[in-house]
Amino acid sequence: MNYKNYLRWNKLPHIWCPGCGHGIVLGAFLRAVAQRELNKDDVAVVSGIGCSSRAAGYVDFNTLHTAHGRAIPFATGIKLSRPDMKVIVLTGDGDATAIGGNHFIHAARRNLDLTVIVFNNNIYGMTSGQFSPMTPHINFATTAPHGNFDYPFDLVELAKGAGATYVARGAAAYPRQLEKAIGQGLDHEGFSVIEAMSQCPTYYGRKNKMGTAEQMLKWQKENATVSSNPGEKIPLGVFVQVERPEYTKLTGQFIDSVSGGK
Amino acid sequence: MSGRFQVEIDPAYCKACRLCIQVCPKKVLAQRADGKAIVENPDDCIGCQLCEWHCPDFAITIKGEKKNG
Ligand SMILES: Cc1ncc(C[n+]2csc(CCOP(=O)(O)OP(=O)(O)O)c2C)c(N)n1
Ligand code: SF4
Ligand code: SF4
Ligand code: SF4
Repeated sequence: MNYKNYLRWNKLPHIWCPGCGHGIVLGAFLRAVAQRELNKDDVAVVSGIGCSSRAAGYVDFNTLHTAHGRAIPFATGIKLSRPDMKVIVLTGDGDATAIGGNHFIHAARRNLDLTVIVFNNNIYGMTSGQFSPMTPHINFATTAPHGNFDYPFDLVELAKGAGATYVARGAAAYPRQLEKAIGQGLDHEGFSVIEAMSQCPTYYGRKNKMGTAEQMLKWQKENATVSSNPGEKIPLGVFVQVERPEYTKLTGQFIDSVSGGK
Repeated sequence: MSGRFQVEIDPAYCKACRLCIQVCPKKVLAQRADGKAIVENPDDCIGCQLCEWHCPDFAITIKGEKKNG
């Protein structure tokens, strides 16, 4: 299957700014799906609100564009009623870790079989550049004109601590590695999180004087690494891959046990 | 003689971000007057697909023998 056949071409070109990393992340996701030859009808893609969350509208699966921060609750409903479906959440760093942070940690704790791809551009892109829980300390945002006081979440550590059974990080600047990390997440049974570093030249880049999309991509390439010896750089790769009973399997068994299998 | 790979860029989807031009190891791509990407040195293409994978707008397709999707 050609990954471009999973796109809704009648909805393109997409709304993303020139050079926005979100399109690169979406492409890596679609190639991972294409490699697994997943049937469009067997896949549900759920998103919240944000530039990143617009991704659900561009892909030709069962799709649901929900409320800000609430993609995981909707995805939970789908997965519980249709455990046979591959349910994927496309979300932003704001959507997943600010307003949706609570849902995120509890889905991880339950080990529900969802694949969650967090498009991390370190900012609220859609609403013009407010800081998010993943904006680095003393970086700038429209709501942090003197630099952001707060320290950010490390999404990998957050997901790990909350109980996710597959946790990886990729970047738009390393699309092949990102595609593999997403693919392994799709194959994993349990709560899978893939942080995908993405550049927002329009807000994060401009506020932090990072230059053009090209310069931001170059920054990513130089400051993130696939090496197992990352040093000071941002490590990319798979950090957690463990087996633990999956939530819909447990609920299925539980329902059978209380209903006597009826 | 044409190369082993064909680089197709659809200008209807290109947003002139230049990412493909930056990542191409063989300087196959260039910008036309309105900023959109064009194929300047088609015979030099090695089919690595880096331009296609980095294009945020799905505007590029590499055809020919290829390894991935
Ligand atoms: C309940 C609610 N609160 C606030 C908003 C405004 N809002 C829309 S998108 C967004 C943040 C999006 O940031 P992120 O998820 O990081 O995505 P990005 O746009 O950066 O891809 C906010 C706060 C909203 N739509 N709904
Ligand atoms: S505002 Fe930022 S995140 Fe949103 S489409 Fe533009 S570049 Fe992408
Ligand atoms: S496939 Fe590789 S060599 Fe060919 S144009 Fe694209 S980046 Fe350049
Ligand atoms: S990466 Fe895509 S959108 Fe950007 S200049 Fe190249 S073809 Fe155009």
